[in-house]
Amino acid sequence: MNKVPLIHITRRKELPWYRSWAIRVIAVILALILCGVITLLLVGENPISIYATMIKGNFGTTKKVWNMLEELAIMLCTSLALAPAFRMKFWNLGGDGQVLMGCLGSASVMILLGGRLPNIVVILLMLVAAIIAGTIWAGIPGFFKARFNTNETLFTLMMNYIATQIVAFFVVVWENPKGSSNIGIINQASREGWLPTIFNQKYMIIIIVAVLLTVATYVYMKYTKHGYEISVVGESESTAKYIGIKVRKVILRTAALSGAICGLVGFLLVGGVSHTLTTSLSAGRGFTGVMVAWLGKFNPFFMILTSFILVFLDKGAKEITTIFGLNDSFGSILTGLILFFIIGCEFFLNYQISFRKKQNKEVA
Amino acid sequence: MKGLKKVLALVLVAVFAIGMLAACGGSEPAPAPAGSGSGSAPAPATLKVGLICLHDENSTYDKNFIDAFKASCEKAGLVEGETCFIKTGIPEGEEAQVAAEEFVEMGCNFIFADSFGHEPYIIEAAKENPDVQFSHATGTRAHTENLSNYHNAFASIYEGRYLAGIAAGLKLNEMIEAGQFTAEEAKMGYVGAYPYAEVKSGYTSFYLGAKSVCPTVTMDVLFTNSWYDETAEKECADNLIKGGCKLISQHADSWGAPSACEAAGVPDVSYNGSTISACPNTFIVSSRIDWSPYFDYAFDCVKNGKAIDADWTGTIETGSVVLTDFNEAVIAAGTVETVETAKQELIAGTRHVFDCSAFTVGGEALTSYLADVDDMGDFAPETEVIADGFFHESEFRSAPYFDIDIDGINIL
Repeated sequence: MNKVPLIHITRRKELPWYRSWAIRVIAVILALILCGVITLLLVGENPISIYATMIKGNFGTTKKVWNMLEELAIMLCTSLALAPAFRMKFWNLGGDGQVLMGCLGSASVMILLGGRLPNIVVILLMLVAAIIAGTIWAGIPGFFKARFNTNETLFTLMMNYIATQIVAFFVVVWENPKGSSNIGIINQASREGWLPTIFNQKYMIIIIVAVLLTVATYVYMKYTKHGYEISVVGESESTAKYIGIKVRKVILRTAALSGAICGLVGFLLVGGVSHTLTTSLSAGRGFTGVMVAWLGKFNPFFMILTSFILVFLDKGAKEITTIFGLNDSFGSILTGLILFFIIGCEFFLNYQISFRKKQNKEVA
Repeated sequence: MKGLKKVLALVLVAVFAIGMLAACGGSEPAPAPAGSGSGSAPAPATLKVGLICLHDENSTYDKNFIDAFKASCEKAGLVEGETCFIKTGIPEGEEAQVAAEEFVEMGCNFIFADSFGHEPYIIEAAKENPDVQFSHATGTRAHTENLSNYHNAFASIYEGRYLAGIAAGLKLNEMIEAGQFTAEEAKMGYVGAYPYAEVKSGYTSFYLGAKSVCPTVTMDVLFTNSWYDETAEKECADNLIKGGCKLISQHADSWGAPSACEAAGVPDVSYNGSTISACPNTFIVSSRIDWSPYFDYAFDCVKNGKAIDADWTGTIETGSVVLTDFNEAVIAAGTVETVETAKQELIAGTRHVFDCSAFTVGGEALTSYLADVDDMGDFAPETEVIADGFFHESEFRSAPYFDIDIDGINIL
């Protein structure tokens, strides 16, 4: 007997685009069918009406569509912030903290300067403060990585906790009433420092920023010298050094850029969405953004699609819990399953599984 | 084999496509009933209500709202998923406003939010939707916002905590008599969420209840800075017990403190509902707010086009402030009778929880106190709340404003 293993995994050659997309679509369909079966068995609801509710949760009314677009824009901006760093293999897990510091920067300007300066100046200062705060927060681990080759994964991760505590401290400084750990809406009556509405839509400005940022990131990564340097450093630092790229400079610059855009997200969250400061404002987007960027293969346009999938699932899941009176966790179970299939199918795109056969015949 | 796979894929695609078509088809007729509610008539024919919760049923606080809401909906003939909706896990941020607006779009004409930090966002939603009634539990701003469609509600839960405190004091007396510790060592522990009026009013009334029967009692307070943090609540309770506390109570929303008490064999007064199922050997009693009297009242107002009070304070008499059943296995003898007597005195107005002769501040009796009742963000107290020898809690607005640190209570 020959010793061919029962299951044999080999790396695939690159698949033509239509086959790889067909596999992805099949994965999603399988996920939906499995979720449907689980829903039917556990909850006794008709799976089709569950999916219909998910769609309605995102597209049911004009307002829902705007809310969905706003969340999509924020999600996309966060993942765009992370993409250059990840492309460089700088594992920036500190997106949450960098966004939070951006929020803190904006909120502090809003609270301290709101009403004392013209509104447009306040907003510009909020933007500047947020970007500086985010840049510093990613720049610190960037500097240590460039200078001492520290582990940026742990460093950025730990910076999240520090940022949360700093924000918690300032929440107590500005809380109302005292002791409640609650700031409430900043400048609720005067609306100083609130981003303006465009065409009577409060989220329009966020969506415009997201679109501009998507195009800018695409151009930056694909057509500029900086973008090229990032991908070379990501592939091999030795090669980068050999061809004369200043690796330290590229690491520091890219980490700072990543933080700056995270800061921008913080500015959008405080100025355009929630108008408050809490420790949970970034809501884990710094981590979800990693998934969005990976699944989108760091291509800003694919990342629109992957952000959409995540936002769609999240909003859909919430709608299910409201309409069918289910626990919050049920939506998360469905979302988790669907994501499992989507991520899992990437494996089948890269690898091929062959089973041992009697006559060693390969099975496609 | 390849062929089979293709066929399978095709079948799956077909199933999915049919599913989607059916789904889209099925979803169309739904918005029709929502439109009928948007007429300008002051009294909507169909009542449609929404509840916004910070957490879900795993939090005793939110469960208390959810249970009452469901009960009142059933009484009013509302059907969950059709005319009665609940959103759980809504953070204290813009999400609360989005949730409220989504309820409005679904045609809800009464929307209720349950957490303190929801307030400014619900006010925003109320401003934008003047035809819809919004109520908010524990909030402070309805009486100063001057919005006809925004209301606050709470209950005189300090009276409930006071009664539960009496049960705790009697238990301490029993333990002192049994020689477990001296009267001077009678110290209680309290796990609080945040150090502001709502919580301070709560633990002070609990302490005064215990003190009314056990004069030597003192109390240590620890804060978790979260409404729901099971680990932190458990740790706080453990630390209080280690610090010599003989009995524990709480104003935080998980089962952390009660289960820590059960593990340590320390008697416990819980909040928001009975924890006897998990703590049969330590649970004494629990006070809680029954929200269904308020929901019944608000539903009735909306249905009949009547105005809802800007501030509504439920009491023992309205059935809003209730005690759970006592745990006969743990309570001291005579507890039921003593508590019942005190309850009748509170109802009759012959006994007051914050009676100035029952406590001192810095060694002196309190004769005057300005409270920050009008919460204008200025932290400026403006209302004299002491008259006739007692502190008038929850009279000038529904949310508590007793925020004085009295002697005998140590904040750690």
